Amino acid sequence: MKDFAALFTALDQTNSTLKKVDALAKYFDRSNDQDKLWAIAILSHRRPKRTVKTTLLREWAAEEGEIPLWLFEEAYHTVGDLAEAIALVVPESSEQQNESLSYWIDLIISLGKEEEETKKTAILAAWHQMDAAERFVFNKLITGGFRMGLSQKLMTRALAKHTGIEESELAHRLMGDWSPQTTTFNELILTKDEKADLSKPYPFYLAYALDGEVSDLGQPNDWFAERKWDGIRGQVIVRDGQVFVWSRGEELVTDRFPEFQSFAEALPHGTVLDGEIIPVVDGIPLAFGLLQRRIGRKTVGKKLLTEIPIHLIAYDLLEYDGKDLRGLPHLERRAMLEKLVRNHPVDRLLLSDLVAFTEWKELTEVRSDSRANHCEGLMIKRKSATYQVGRKKGDWWKWKVDPLVIDAVMIYAQRGHGRRANMYTDFTFAVWKGEQLVPFAKAYSGLTDAEMREVDAFVKKNTIERFGPVRSVHSELVFEIAFEGINASSRHKSGVALRFPRINRWRKDKPKEEANTYKDLIQLLENYGQ
Amino acid sequence: MPLLEFTPSGIYCRQADIYIDPWRKVNKAIITHAHSDHSRWGMKHYLAHPMSIPVMKLRLGNDISVQPVEYNQKLNINGVEISLHPAGHIPGSAQVRVSYKGETWVASGDYKVEDDGLSTAFEPVKCHTFITECTFGLPIYKWKPQSEIFREMNNWWKANQENGLTTIVTAYSLGKAQRILQNVDTNIGKIYTHGAVENTNEVLRKAGLDLTETSLITRDTTKKELQGNLIIAPPSALNTPWANRFKPISDGIASGWMMLRGTRRRRAADRGFALSDHADWPGLLQAIKATGAQNVITTHGYTSVFSKYLNEIGINSVEEKTLFIGESIDTAEEEKGKEEAVS
Ligand SMILES: [Zn+2]
Ligand SMILES: [Zn+2]
Repeated sequence: MKDFAALFTALDQTNSTLKKVDALAKYFDRSNDQDKLWAIAILSHRRPKRTVKTTLLREWAAEEGEIPLWLFEEAYHTVGDLAEAIALVVPESSEQQNESLSYWIDLIISLGKEEEETKKTAILAAWHQMDAAERFVFNKLITGGFRMGLSQKLMTRALAKHTGIEESELAHRLMGDWSPQTTTFNELILTKDEKADLSKPYPFYLAYALDGEVSDLGQPNDWFAERKWDGIRGQVIVRDGQVFVWSRGEELVTDRFPEFQSFAEALPHGTVLDGEIIPVVDGIPLAFGLLQRRIGRKTVGKKLLTEIPIHLIAYDLLEYDGKDLRGLPHLERRAMLEKLVRNHPVDRLLLSDLVAFTEWKELTEVRSDSRANHCEGLMIKRKSATYQVGRKKGDWWKWKVDPLVIDAVMIYAQRGHGRRANMYTDFTFAVWKGEQLVPFAKAYSGLTDAEMREVDAFVKKNTIERFGPVRSVHSELVFEIAFEGINASSRHKSGVALRFPRINRWRKDKPKEEANTYKDLIQLLENYGQ
Repeated sequence: MPLLEFTPSGIYCRQADIYIDPWRKVNKAIITHAHSDHSRWGMKHYLAHPMSIPVMKLRLGNDISVQPVEYNQKLNINGVEISLHPAGHIPGSAQVRVSYKGETWVASGDYKVEDDGLSTAFEPVKCHTFITECTFGLPIYKWKPQSEIFREMNNWWKANQENGLTTIVTAYSLGKAQRILQNVDTNIGKIYTHGAVENTNEVLRKAGLDLTETSLITRDTTKKELQGNLIIAPPSALNTPWANRFKPISDGIASGWMMLRGTRRRRAADRGFALSDHADWPGLLQAIKATGAQNVITTHGYTSVFSKYLNEIGINSVEEKTLFIGESIDTAEEEKGKEEAVS
């Protein structure tokens, strides 16, 4: 645990990815197999199940720090991170510990079936034996949400350094549904056994957002273009008569999409498809909100199955006939994909059509009608590109449509976290319905530091009422709110739900009377909602 | 009429007609310390500790009218006994004790209870009413002993040196900068300074402070010369062309705000040292209890939370919220990396 806490601190103390990878590789070098495996698990977001409620942790921390609970909550609000707030509030003691990372994780796991008193005794004893840095890491193991400033890609690089095994090979071995409780370092990392896990997906290749002009990409003829569907990225694997479905978050979601079970019969064994999982009716994709209703459930009832019929819109073929195709140019993979879909027609499998174009100008036009086609924009992929690992610049680009915007009045403000705990940084926005303002969106990001200070001062001077950390303010300031999509929602008072709302700019030029109306909002819903 | 009032010009003693650290032009001002949020320009007449005066003159002009007042030296102004007592914040920093007809008030100014080996150490002063700052008045702020922090800083400097890097640590130029150069291990290497820091060093040396030897970085100072050594610079120098020309470097920030991981990470420096010249949570409570005050007025920082807590533990407390605009300049400097132009 000392080593792991030191690793955590070392990762925090540098911005250089080189040094981070180095620090992690060194940690691997000096740790035992089980600790290594847990470190990998944590860095790939596979933390143990939570066995102690955070409300209890807060109470105990206040008790230990000899402060009232309300004061602990204030401190927590300022820190913005529960594990850290607890680590700081609990007093230092002279006791020490020298147990391994796995020891403490095993302890945390074992608490799951224990009584509250036993949990408390164990946690307090742990806090007393640790210094603040160790305590922080220990709390993180309980509460989750580790951010170590190290992507899975860099973790894999460090592991490659440590084991001498190639990075992409490791990335593959690390995928899938494993836990340090069910496998060993030797089995998972060091053993090469392709057959061992039929479910194993390939690491996803991710696109970068196009930042410059599309014409900067060079010859249009070197590129494929496709619609960018607004579903979830998925990999569907057919091996040995079984179907496995993976989401981009490397989550095995086979059970949630029983529609794809028919692929086992229809497609040849050893087929891996990369595509968009999305509900489609009569060839038209449905709203993202509907898909979310499906994702939210572990088991899917008959009604949902008929109402929200899931399809895979395939855009890449990663494995055919058991062979890894990722090293082939896209042009060849595409030809094989088209052939596969043609020769093995199966309900629920669609081909992502290529957008034909000879000049970039044409593509610009196609992109502009994305929203009407329920798309987020376009994907542009180099014909000669291999299928790579992770987010790589150069061959795959996403070219999203411009966001929807509406001018709205700020009516509530809420305090921020951490160092911003004394500033109002989170806002609720409203549009006019007659003389009334109807709240419809919350947003925080998007302002410059200077603007933020100015808005904060406004809030403090123009408070009408306070409710805990929230204040209602005089409706005066107008902001342009941008968002990616809009849907009808019965859960929201306004009747609409926005996707990714954020502040686009402060409309200092607009008096509040000129903000948009509820009618405008509903118009957007009618035009772009689904 | 309370002995000390909060007026639009600052803390005011009507009986003695004198202000403490006023921010508007007044006739007579007694200054707790030379930081710019306490010692402002435009007063007709100043009173201050002798160690504060040279810095005040550097910052406010040589022509200010200022009367030196030693620690524990008793002044009598219209029947009011006024004296300065060590606040341990920076050299010359003082608490102001005001006593009239058996009633005693103390205004703390900025203070810390740990002896930093540079400033005269904090001395608690008995009083009925204590006006205290609470910049770090939350139970998450608990400083490590400075010996431990300087051990970490020394180890970091040494490691940088072994890697061929020049070390830059930022600290505000009056107080923290000198605290660092007095406490780091000079066996490791030489200490170089930014102009803003060196100006302050110079006047403090002249005022009789025995400071460690430092070298001013000039246009002619070469990268080679600096390599492996330590540079002390104001926060505003971080990530500027001035600092970048000494690359390869490793940079660190010395500030109480570095206690929080979020702040450390936001400030894109390699290291953050939670080294503060303000009292931490236990320090505030210790200081308040030692005054024996029945009434505590909180200013600067987490005033409402801190006052609420004091009331809960049986100490009468109110927050003074209307007058102190924003936070102390010294902490603001650390946080925003802005340093007034001293050089
Ligand atoms: Zn100060
Ligand atoms: Zn101050």
